[in-house]
Amino acid sequence: MSKLKLVMVGNGMAGVRTLEELLQLAPDRYDITVFGAEPHPNYNRIMLSPVLAGEQTLDQIVLNPLSWYQQHHITLHVGKRVVSVDRATRTVRADDGTEARYDRLLLCTGSKPFMLPVPGHTLKGVMAYRDIADTQALIEAAARPGRAVVIGGGLLGLEAANGLRQRGMDVTVVHVGPWLLDRQLDEAAGRLLQGALEARGLRFCLQAHTEALLGDAEDRVRALRFQDGREIPADLVVMAVGIRPNTELAEQMGLLVQRGIVVHDTLQTVTDARIYSVGECAAHRGTAYGLVAPLYEQAKVAANHLAEWGMARYAGSQTSTKLKVTGIDLFSAGDFMGGEHSEAIVLNDPYRGIYKKLVIRGDKLVGACLYGDTGDGSWYFELLREGHPLGPLRDQLMFGPPAAALTAAH
Amino acid sequence: MNLNDAPRETRSTCPYCGVGCGVIIESRGDAITGVRGDPAHPANLGRLCTKGSTLHLTASPQVNQQTRLLQPLRRLQRGGPAQALAWDQALDLAGQKLADTVQQHGPNALGFYLSGQLLTEDYYVFNKLVKGLLGSNNLDTNSRLCMSSAVAGYKATLGADAPPASYTDVDHAHCLFITGSNTAWAHPILFRRIEDAKRARPEMKIVVVDPRRTDTVELADLHLALQPGTDVMLYHGMLHLMLREGWTQPAYIAAHTTGFEALVELVRDCTPERTAEVCGLRVEDLCEATRLFATSPATLSLYCQGLNQSSSGTSKNAALINLHLATGQIGRPGAAPFSLTGQPNAMGGREVGGLSNLLSAHRDMGNPAHRAEVAALWGVADVPAVPGKSAIEMFQAAADGEIKALWIACTNPAQSLPDQATVRRALERAEFVVVQEAFATTATTAYADLLLPATPWGEKTGTVTNSERRISRVRAALPPRGEARHDWAIGVALAQRLEARLRPGQPTLFPYDTQDALLGTEAIWLEHRESTRGRDLDITGLSYALLDTLGPQQWPWPEGARAGRVRLYEDGVFPTPDGRARFHSAAFRPVAEATDREHPYALNTGRLRDQWHGMSRTGTLGRLFGHAAEPALQMNPQDLAREGWAEGSLVRVQSRRGSVVLPVQACAEQAPQQVFIPMHWGQEFVSGRDADGQPHLGVNALMPSTFCPQSKQPELKHAAVRLSAAKLPWTLVAMAWLPAGQVLSTREALKALMGEFAFSSCVPFSDRTPLEQADQQATGLLFRAAAHQAPPAAQLLALEQALGLDPQQCLHYADPQRGQRRTIRVQTLGGARCVTGWLLAGDTRAQAWLRPLLQDAQPVSVDGQRLLSPGAEPPLAQAPRSPLVCSCFGVTEQAIRGQLAQCAGTEDERLKQLQGALKCGTNCGSCVPELKRLVRWVRPSTEAAELAL
Repeated sequence: MSKLKLVMVGNGMAGVRTLEELLQLAPDRYDITVFGAEPHPNYNRIMLSPVLAGEQTLDQIVLNPLSWYQQHHITLHVGKRVVSVDRATRTVRADDGTEARYDRLLLCTGSKPFMLPVPGHTLKGVMAYRDIADTQALIEAAARPGRAVVIGGGLLGLEAANGLRQRGMDVTVVHVGPWLLDRQLDEAAGRLLQGALEARGLRFCLQAHTEALLGDAEDRVRALRFQDGREIPADLVVMAVGIRPNTELAEQMGLLVQRGIVVHDTLQTVTDARIYSVGECAAHRGTAYGLVAPLYEQAKVAANHLAEWGMARYAGSQTSTKLKVTGIDLFSAGDFMGGEHSEAIVLNDPYRGIYKKLVIRGDKLVGACLYGDTGDGSWYFELLREGHPLGPLRDQLMFGPPAAALTAAH
Repeated sequence: MNLNDAPRETRSTCPYCGVGCGVIIESRGDAITGVRGDPAHPANLGRLCTKGSTLHLTASPQVNQQTRLLQPLRRLQRGGPAQALAWDQALDLAGQKLADTVQQHGPNALGFYLSGQLLTEDYYVFNKLVKGLLGSNNLDTNSRLCMSSAVAGYKATLGADAPPASYTDVDHAHCLFITGSNTAWAHPILFRRIEDAKRARPEMKIVVVDPRRTDTVELADLHLALQPGTDVMLYHGMLHLMLREGWTQPAYIAAHTTGFEALVELVRDCTPERTAEVCGLRVEDLCEATRLFATSPATLSLYCQGLNQSSSGTSKNAALINLHLATGQIGRPGAAPFSLTGQPNAMGGREVGGLSNLLSAHRDMGNPAHRAEVAALWGVADVPAVPGKSAIEMFQAAADGEIKALWIACTNPAQSLPDQATVRRALERAEFVVVQEAFATTATTAYADLLLPATPWGEKTGTVTNSERRISRVRAALPPRGEARHDWAIGVALAQRLEARLRPGQPTLFPYDTQDALLGTEAIWLEHRESTRGRDLDITGLSYALLDTLGPQQWPWPEGARAGRVRLYEDGVFPTPDGRARFHSAAFRPVAEATDREHPYALNTGRLRDQWHGMSRTGTLGRLFGHAAEPALQMNPQDLAREGWAEGSLVRVQSRRGSVVLPVQACAEQAPQQVFIPMHWGQEFVSGRDADGQPHLGVNALMPSTFCPQSKQPELKHAAVRLSAAKLPWTLVAMAWLPAGQVLSTREALKALMGEFAFSSCVPFSDRTPLEQADQQATGLLFRAAAHQAPPAAQLLALEQALGLDPQQCLHYADPQRGQRRTIRVQTLGGARCVTGWLLAGDTRAQAWLRPLLQDAQPVSVDGQRLLSPGAEPPLAQAPRSPLVCSCFGVTEQAIRGQLAQCAGTEDERLKQLQGALKCGTNCGSCVPELKRLVRWVRPSTEAAELAL
């Protein structure tokens, strides 16, 4: 039986993990061709922050060296951006004219950083923080001591800010939210985090709305102005206010796109069953995930169907958060804010800077927010996903898995 | 205190019990720095008990500043805040209100309720004010709760209110008959004397009659654990036996008494069998006790509240005195019925006639000649003939609206009177309530419209009389603090205002110098002295000067005498019309409130070793809580097991009048079906409210106001109660060290929160610093509460903040829906991380290990989350905590047991070795009975035993 042709658009973590899973299940089913816009093999995007912080090098974060592609007879086109797909002839064309035909198409175009459309966002020295190129640019910029402003107090923003600080820059984080990581932490934990980062020399402007970026004669950014009129000087501005799924190609192909390329539980697009999509560009049940764990779960399911086993379903993911700033442990998962119909258990150890909050609804753990000690995070995450009633475990919950559970876990 | 000031020493008298020990007050500048026993004082010969030896600590600037009432205050409305006003305004207001009341409703619309802790001079002025100036006998004192049965008993038999014996009679007695008295705790220094006598003359027999196996029993050769309230039956039964065995002294009876025949008739059917049955005794014990009493060469009875605080208190006193008369055990060395006075100056009060039915110098109110003498002495037309309202009647009358204004001095009726519900109603209904107090912290002060700051011990000048008729000088070591004034001076100032309204233009009856306290008190005392001329208590031969040079003296000491009388009635002549003592024939009557199916337990109340009355003074010292740390209901272990209650579980104690909730404590001293609550635990220390919102008013909410028809003394020692598990599932315990200057003010602040819970208690505690270094002692507060469900978080937060346990700054765990909350403060002490405060709510089992962790400042090795984890299992290794036995040297039972294993020989030898090694019981000696018990319990180790051979 002749091999089918699988073309993958986008050479990122989600897609390549799908290939790895597929090669496990059906090594000889496909002739595989991969297009990647970045001039690199697949690398661990999550580890860009340690690279920026100078704790790791680029080579260290490569996941699949070129040799891996050769070894699995995968045709790899790096630095080539796919510009069109003809679903009638099932042909993919890249910006340099390279073409490839497919029987199955895997769209993993990922996402792109969202740039605040404020006046001056195109000035020199205003950058995003997304890929190796951005990272290298930031490292170069940080080579000259100066004042950096990071817009966005989310995970990426804080990692960027920390990295630039490590490299000696004077860094201010500008955040619209009431506290840092307000999507991942409750206020108490957010304040603890702010304290810890301030101790490292970072400065913060919270609930601060950027009105404009101001440039100098050479169109280099020189300052940032808030809506209240205040200005802070800036030699470098990093925008880390969020990401948007990369869906231009899909839209152009006529695939249904709503907050991402809409896919079934099989990760096949709802529009065209030959076309799969995984990763940050895919919208499953209305959610486009921006974290690695769900993407790997998607990859497993997608591979199962590409291998024509057809036995897996993706039902969405519980997500959990960790900040990759060395020396700062925080973890949050599920509905950590709680509220109306939920109950919260809190623990506070100011002597060691530890804060923990567990949210419970209907005798089930539905959310966790840990700061300073995330040792039990994975256990809570497990309980959260299993959703068993807690019963008598509740009074012990805050103090870690009971000995029995521990041994069971090992 | 200014260290440049020269140290001063002032001889004075202890303000606690009726033993009346002499103290030497050490002071410097404006601070009392120390106190020690006065070796020259005949009552104690230099000794002091746990309470006396800590007097200086209760008078420290910090305690004063946190607990004293230091300026006149007025409440514009009840329950509202009290506002400061000047003395003149305060006195004008008081004078005007009282005069108005007298003019509208007559003098009997006023009630004056004073105290056995006032000095004779204080009493004298108020007695003269009420009976002389106002012409009312509505003046009574808390001696009504204490000694009035003894007064009535003495008068009914011997003819006068005069204890015939002296402490030295203990050294001459061959049989000590201690009945209704836990002398070891209530009169410790007298008990030291008894211990010495027993040591010197082991052949001296000691019989103790008490329903409880108290520390006093430890020294006894025979213990009669009679059923509550059956004393009269016992004494009648003893007399029956004496008659049967021919142990009476017919010659003495014939020569010196009347009324024996009637008594013989009365006791005819009090056979040993019936007596034993009624009293719950063994016939042979009854016979042995009777034999010892009657046939010993000299028998000395020592008795106190067990006889006095009874609905048949007069009969109990008289029936005991009957035995002394029938056997001639009186008027000889070592032979007498010796009533021990409860309070430091109940005697002095009785001398000046400071009760609603007494007249100056043991005169008889019903006797016109006597009234005329007093009226003449005072320079008034007449004094009222009809007895006024006694304590219980006075507050009942106020509750009924008959008495409109109450003047309360130096006592705390909202704590100490029985049937608190009525007392509180009285205080609420009275139109004008004046409280003249040294302390701002008593429950009664909350009801005052006018608060007048009075001087306490250390600042007062005057005289007191102790149990053995000995008059001692009380001297001031310091001037009055703040705006405080002497009680007598307040009386004088009030009297002068009343005179302006009630007898304008006439010379004052109160010409005493209120500027110079010495001159003023001496003038008052001289007037009192004159009133005794020719009376049984004649002291016309005495003077302040003589007391100053010769020291404390016993009355009578008439003009021309060379010394006071050590022993009365040696000549067999009694102060009755015919000179004969009268046998008192009163049939046995059981307790006023019998136990039944509804209320099956007999509740008794009494003193703790290291506390005094309402604890306004002793309650300020954490170290005095070392012996009995918390309010508790004491119960026989078998009863506890039968009810199926664990030690410490909360029990609702319910009488026909009210209820309280207390943790239960197994106590082998208690007989089955009998329970005990220390008299000290008022609303100030243990509180809470019923489901229907009724506040718990302390132990005396339970006790009946039923009183003895003759003495009017209420039955504070027996109530029938029902016990039930309190069923308060949510519990809270908190403990925290506090800055020295804030412990008591914090406790005052917490009182506001106490009423919010169904049960709550709040007491100080201390570390085990020996007395010599008491200034370095750390003190904190222990707060307990329980409720049907968890209270709002805000309430708990307020509690935490008051105790310095801000959850933001402490280890903290909270699961509000489950009522779980734990907050732990960790601080570095001397380089080690120690728990210095904690609060547990919901699951409070961790108190088992957190309490010693805090109180012994054990270093904590583990991290905070381990400390916050629930359950009784300590997350770290720790040394066990052992109860404190000797509070002077901070010696625990564990240390004593350890040492005793090394001590061999006789019990006395082992005790000596023990005391040599650990010093326990060598200062005040209050713990010696307990040490002796331990000596008997703890066998020497085999090695130690062999070494001894």
